[in-house]
Amino acid sequence: MTEHLSPEFKPFKVDLWKYDGHAGALIPLLQSAQETFGYIPEKAIESISHVTGIPAADIYGVVTFYAQFRTKPLGRNVIRICNGTACHVNGAKEIYSVIQDELGLTYDETTDDGVFSLLSVACLGCCSLAPVITVNGETFGRLTSPKLRKILRDFKRKAQAAEETAAK
Amino acid sequence: MKSMKTVHVGLGTCGISAGGERVYQAFQTELNQHPEAFSIHETGCIGMCYREVLVEIRDGAGNSRLYGDVTPERVSRIVAEDLLEGRSIDEWLVSGARKEADFFDKQVRIVLRNCGKIDPGSVEEYIASGGYQAIAKVLDRMTPEEVIQEVLASGLRGRGGGGFPTGAKWKFARAAAGTDKYVICNADEGDPGAFMDRSVLESDPHAVLEGMMIAAYAIGADEGYIYCRAEYPKAIMRLRHAIAQAHAEGLLGGNIRGKGFNFEIHIKEGAGAFVCGEETALIASIEGRRGMPRFRPPFPANSGLWGKPTNINNVETFANIAWIILNGGAAFAAYGTPDSKGTKVFAMAGKVRRTGLVEVPMGLTIRSLVFDVCGGIANDGDFKAVLMGGPAGGCIPADLCDIPIDYQQLNKTGAIMGSGGLIVMDETTCMVDVAKFFLSFTQEESCGKCTFCRIGTKRMLEILERITEGKGTEEDLDNLTELSAQIKSASLCGLGQNAPNPVVTTLQYFRQEYEAHIREKKCPAHVCAPLLVYSINDLCTGCGSCARTCPTGAISGERKTVHVIDNDKCIKCAKCFTVCRFEAVTKE
Repeated sequence: MTEHLSPEFKPFKVDLWKYDGHAGALIPLLQSAQETFGYIPEKAIESISHVTGIPAADIYGVVTFYAQFRTKPLGRNVIRICNGTACHVNGAKEIYSVIQDELGLTYDETTDDGVFSLLSVACLGCCSLAPVITVNGETFGRLTSPKLRKILRDFKRKAQAAEETAAK
Repeated sequence: MKSMKTVHVGLGTCGISAGGERVYQAFQTELNQHPEAFSIHETGCIGMCYREVLVEIRDGAGNSRLYGDVTPERVSRIVAEDLLEGRSIDEWLVSGARKEADFFDKQVRIVLRNCGKIDPGSVEEYIASGGYQAIAKVLDRMTPEEVIQEVLASGLRGRGGGGFPTGAKWKFARAAAGTDKYVICNADEGDPGAFMDRSVLESDPHAVLEGMMIAAYAIGADEGYIYCRAEYPKAIMRLRHAIAQAHAEGLLGGNIRGKGFNFEIHIKEGAGAFVCGEETALIASIEGRRGMPRFRPPFPANSGLWGKPTNINNVETFANIAWIILNGGAAFAAYGTPDSKGTKVFAMAGKVRRTGLVEVPMGLTIRSLVFDVCGGIANDGDFKAVLMGGPAGGCIPADLCDIPIDYQQLNKTGAIMGSGGLIVMDETTCMVDVAKFFLSFTQEESCGKCTFCRIGTKRMLEILERITEGKGTEEDLDNLTELSAQIKSASLCGLGQNAPNPVVTTLQYFRQEYEAHIREKKCPAHVCAPLLVYSINDLCTGCGSCARTCPTGAISGERKTVHVIDNDKCIKCAKCFTVCRFEAVTKE
């Protein structure tokens, strides 16, 4: 079965498929693909279909059913706004409008320059810090509008600096 | 010899979010300078999320001090004064101060018995605190029937929200024909604002494994799955570690304790679908399909995973089991009310002073939980209502909060026990907005199988959006009521059957708020943006940032003088409110 795979898919699939041996491995395979590529490319769906014998349409159905899976790549900085209940009653909407204002992003969008992506999460589980966002996994809690604007501008500056170094 | 002091840093998700890892590193740096003075340990969640980062100092002789709100900057003083000189820093103490001690006074910790006490990464510490004695007792001295009898006697009911008697569920699975049986632990905690299961998995993973082992022995299963949200990476990491340790101890695998009992546990990471908390959807997801519920019967006890008899319990349910086996069902049933036995863990969030995780005996009143245990309403607000059971639950107004925590009593109010998320609301919370929030969640998470759930929740959400925008009509309230009844009766699973609950209960208890939105075009709690009127008060310094940010040019004023908003031009986007650094923009 392995010969159907283009070389870049070999690292993520083989052992998983052996490990379970039945249809239950589809979601772990997709998770592994997303971990490798940051999203689920069409090629990954084709490859998984070859290996498992599950029709690509069914795999696509699974991909689009679960919130975790993305079919588009993410930006270099990923902002997640917590929309859990505690954050909602403590002003997550205001947080969203500040980010919209600063970066011009709505949910599930990436800026044209690929620097920022904005996602919504149901609950980050640190309700006592509400309202909360994470940027690249780092948590920023007890946010106010001015505090958030400062954080976003810091990240913008860092991104710009990184770009300039890369250009050199 | 003087026994060495130990430092225990709370590193659950809440502790880490609050900066726990940086505190841990700061202690590590200090330790390098005083290697003889103390040792550092990781621990889980003690429940006081409102005081994270929490650091406990134990002197090795049974005494301990708990410091709250620890920052990396505070570490060097704690090391210098407490660890080296033995003086407590009273102003940073949590446990010493009497006003915080009552946080624990009314709690009974069965599920959370080890949380925040032991290092979740250490099987030795779990065993030292009585862990894995229950599975030993079961394998050495009890028949599966006796185990089920003990669980039945405890009166334990499913803690995930269903509330079905656990012992009865096990009995069905035991009686089911077939040899390959499965035990599944439902750790797909998806209610926004609920983090009970996460804390237990992060702080005491072995307790959940032990509960699963006992269940497996009781029903005759030899394979188990833990279906855990992928959004809980720390919990998954701790579980994997705990499973490996249990294998090394000979507590998982083949012929456990030489009694011919075989049991393996696998972890399945969920992929983000709220509906997968429903047991048939969860099974579909483990099997690698879209997580859509199916019609029951057949129940999973007879035809579950891969069509085999399957028993599914929630994390908190499993975490009770070892305690019940060791202390007896009767000891568990001694807590609570005639209908609801034992304890319940609640994740307290919202406008409450002490947010965090608490475990109280059933039968305590909601008011006592909010005021005695959790210190009352934050910022001295007025207690308005609680919402129990997350998006499937309902709200209970403050004047009904003297009822005891009990499955039947809660159901009578229209709310449910649920899995334990409890959101406290004060006068600044708009009930229409809360109902809309939960409905937008369930609407998004509806799997789409049942028409009423798929389309009905969408129509309800549209109505609620209209109302919060000031475009609602009297007829809308009747339509909401009618749609609620239809969605409840025509949906297959608990998601659809309970999705209208937040709307039904807020309509029942806070109808006047809906009416204020519709008739007076006002939001009494000043939450619904389109109904607000913005103005600028004397705190304005005339910096002009609001005028620059206003997209419609509605704000005018000279530099360094108080600005004015032209309400005819204002589109209520709230940009001026968020941009002002002087709290000069007000809304009403």
